[in-house]
Amino acid sequence: MDLINLFTKSIFIENMVFAYFLGMCSYLAVSKTVKTAVGLGAAVIFVLFITVPVNYLIDNYLLQPGALSWLGAEFAEVDLSFLSFIMFIAVIASMVQLVEMTVEKFAPALYSSLGIFLPLIAVNCAILGGSLFMQQKDFIGIHEAGVYGLGSGIGFFLAILAIAAIREKIAYSNVPAPLKGLGITFIITGLMAIGFMSFMGIDL
Amino acid sequence: MKETNEIKSEKKYSDEEKKKEMILFLSSSEEKEGLLSKANRKLLSDPLNDNNPITVQVLGICSALAITVQLKPAIVMSLAVMFVMALSNVIISILRNSIPSRIRIIVQLVVVAAMVILVDQILKAYAYDVSKQLSIFIGLIITNCIIMGRLEAFALGNGVYKSFLDGIGNAAGYGLILIVVAFFRELFGSGKLFGVPVIPEAFYEGGYVDNGFFLLSPMALIVVGIVIWVQRSRNRSLIEEN
Repeated sequence: MDLINLFTKSIFIENMVFAYFLGMCSYLAVSKTVKTAVGLGAAVIFVLFITVPVNYLIDNYLLQPGALSWLGAEFAEVDLSFLSFIMFIAVIASMVQLVEMTVEKFAPALYSSLGIFLPLIAVNCAILGGSLFMQQKDFIGIHEAGVYGLGSGIGFFLAILAIAAIREKIAYSNVPAPLKGLGITFIITGLMAIGFMSFMGIDL
Repeated sequence: MKETNEIKSEKKYSDEEKKKEMILFLSSSEEKEGLLSKANRKLLSDPLNDNNPITVQVLGICSALAITVQLKPAIVMSLAVMFVMALSNVIISILRNSIPSRIRIIVQLVVVAAMVILVDQILKAYAYDVSKQLSIFIGLIITNCIIMGRLEAFALGNGVYKSFLDGIGNAAGYGLILIVVAFFRELFGSGKLFGVPVIPEAFYEGGYVDNGFFLLSPMALIVVGIVIWVQRSRNRSLIEEN
């Protein structure tokens, strides 16, 4: 039950885009058509689902104060947590590279549709944000980290899909010239974020 | 005797040559330009308006908006970004001829991450409450698209000094928007600036109420949208086709 709660919470209440503004750059840049938005969204789900649990393991067994105690008693007091940024980003960059190579080898069709989005993801704030939030949340096991990663990815996917659909429609409307493009997208995102705030406080 | 003299002069020559090379290396493309020549000033001033990283290049919005509820964290964040950006631009510009292009993204990320760790530790040591307030957003400077974007677009192809100016200029443009947004949000949201109440008591007695809505995150997006609107109606060349 806790897992379901965490899952819905990470999709709706703590939505990466609408609650924390993470992944905004790619959210704004790649949302011009629904097709590319779906590609990027799928790639984000994939990478978050892998990197959050991996970074959970690294955080718990290498970086946290006392995490190295499995190496022996003399390591019990080592605190490497100041290295977490560099470790997380290295894991994410190499994981993205790895995922790219695996997908290219085993699923060429998926690769050609995700293609250019995979390298973009290494610098998507939502991915690093997922790992940093994971570090703050003190999950009790890798399954929770996995569910959190999956939920956050789906949240991002929903957000980028919705804005892409709206932007395709809004191309036909009569927006004031200075607001065209970026301006109106910001305002629509703001309104959507207000909508998403209505999920606040829901507990399953 | 003559021989040693010759060697000496040769050595002197090579020293001078080295110096020249060094100067060339430092200034590379800017041949005999003044420190603040027109082109260099443009590098600083362009990102403030015509080429603003947030409202025109659409970079670095990720970590920008969540920390604009009050002016103080917004200013600290801008300074942190300026520090990281200027230094990583300089480092990447020095290394630009020796980085293999295949692994350049990882190299860039590592350089930026090292700078960010520095900033994070300094903030934790000297400004603990602000560092708590900014929480994960300091860490997210690493993936701030402005930094990667400027490294890719500018530092990889330009000299050290120019890259430094570009870093300062873009961080200033970023900070400008952050401070404008934070100013309005703090003023309307809580009636304060830098935590000091500025709206007179008489207003509240007359029935004025702070608009708590400005403290919520969606308003940041809408305020940026309005900033873009104002900027583009003053500067018509920025208007997009669609």
